Amino acid sequence: MTEKTFMAGFGGQGIISLGQLWVYSAIKEGLKVTFFPFYGAEKRGGIARASVIVSSDEIKSPIVTSADSVVVMNQDSVEIAEKVCRKGGTILVNSSLIKADPARPDAKIVHVPCNDIALKLGDVRIANMVMMGALCKVTGAVKLDKLESILPSFFSSNKRSLISLNIAAVEEGKKAVSG
Amino acid sequence: MAEEIRLMKGNEAIGEAAVRAGCRAYFGYPITPQNELTAYMARQMLAKGRTFIQAESEVAAVNMVYGASSTGVRAMTSSSSPGISLKQEGISYLCGADLPAVIVNVARSGPGLGGISPSQGDYFQSTRGGGHGDYYTIVLAPKGVQEAADLTYEAFSISEQWRVPVLILADGLIGQMMEGVVLPEPIDPATLPRKEWAVGHSAEMHRPYIHVTSLNLVPDALEAANRLRFERYGKIKKELVRYEEIDVDDADIVFVAYGTAARVCHGALEMARAAGMKVGLFRPITLWPFPSARLAGLAERGKRFLCIELSMGQMVEDVRLAVNGKMPVDFYGRCGGNVPSQEEVFAEVKRLMGR
Repeated sequence: MTEKTFMAGFGGQGIISLGQLWVYSAIKEGLKVTFFPFYGAEKRGGIARASVIVSSDEIKSPIVTSADSVVVMNQDSVEIAEKVCRKGGTILVNSSLIKADPARPDAKIVHVPCNDIALKLGDVRIANMVMMGALCKVTGAVKLDKLESILPSFFSSNKRSLISLNIAAVEEGKKAVSG
Repeated sequence: MAEEIRLMKGNEAIGEAAVRAGCRAYFGYPITPQNELTAYMARQMLAKGRTFIQAESEVAAVNMVYGASSTGVRAMTSSSSPGISLKQEGISYLCGADLPAVIVNVARSGPGLGGISPSQGDYFQSTRGGGHGDYYTIVLAPKGVQEAADLTYEAFSISEQWRVPVLILADGLIGQMMEGVVLPEPIDPATLPRKEWAVGHSAEMHRPYIHVTSLNLVPDALEAANRLRFERYGKIKKELVRYEEIDVDDADIVFVAYGTAARVCHGALEMARAAGMKVGLFRPITLWPFPSARLAGLAERGKRFLCIELSMGQMVEDVRLAVNGKMPVDFYGRCGGNVPSQEEVFAEVKRLMGR
């Protein structure tokens, strides 16, 4: 099993955290991982992207150029998502912010209203975790069953109260793409 | 007990491996894309009561390494391409004084200030000495986070064994990328043996003073010192050469690539094999000493070569020297901070093989 995911959004949407938690969980599940982020020099905003691979085998090129799955969190990143998705791949769009589908009729488009679900749970900042739940459900590449044990070391101590909220966001993300 | 796999950035894994190797003194100056390494050392070295100094410049940092290494402790500096250029004078002095040191280059694109994206444009500088005078440094090129940690850890003992500075040549991608890593056993610097050649403690040891210098104004004496060093270089070339081969035996065409480029080639190799094409990969791990003899042997067996680099073509010159005209050596490279995709490299193989 190898799942190559390309993640794209703008700075502040939690793309980097999403990628890190995805591979951190995968390592705990015994998989090999690579996570290569790239973002602008801006202190706030700007592009945020990541090449993320999880695999049961040794990972060769860490650069995702033909993605099995693409996570796209904002409208400006739709264009790159259209380019990087492999033929017949899956594109998960944050449908709260993206109104027009990516122009890729061959790809499976999955709508996840990440910001709406996050706001309903009480904090828009967990939109990325909603997306991670959806990515988990759609690809099945990472189970995320070790996530709860990872979060305490991922968050600084003053943010540990947010762990249950993050777990809830992941669960809601899974539900949003079920059935 | 299963070894703990940690998720780390290349820069941080290099830092942790250096700490575990018993690095007693680190001197740095910030530059992207190696900043996490300096930041990591600031936290860890000070927490362990070891020396960390953010120097006033790259030049100062490498000369601090010279001073620390003269006392026999394990010393290190790190930077990225433009900063490594600034360190070259000090690296030449380290070599002239036969001092061990570990120097990490998390390379970025150039020339000049260039960009902050990955590049392999520092191959010439790394493998040809880099500074003035007749010398080489040992150059180790990791392909990922695990190997970056392993080679950094080992670099300290290799450098002490040969009394030659060791350069770790990574690139911005390896520095910034996160992968799983199993870290080596920590060494307490206090348990490392004293160096006979190190300065200090002369009075209490009742031994004559030791003078560490690269200055030698007597031509015959300087020539003799250089010849002795080159005898060591000869032994290094025999004993230290390392490389990795993948699917080379039955290959018609063999990629030659190191570091990040080798990872991309491995991906392209799989695509080629799936398409029924006999493609192999030869990955130098030591860039100096270069695995010339092995490449010459492969050329004798009728392999042709395709050298892939994140540069306009530098290592390809060493490949051509090794192959010595016996078989074709082609080149494909990207630069400016661009990393070729495996699809792009596969397309180049197909073009060469007329497919």
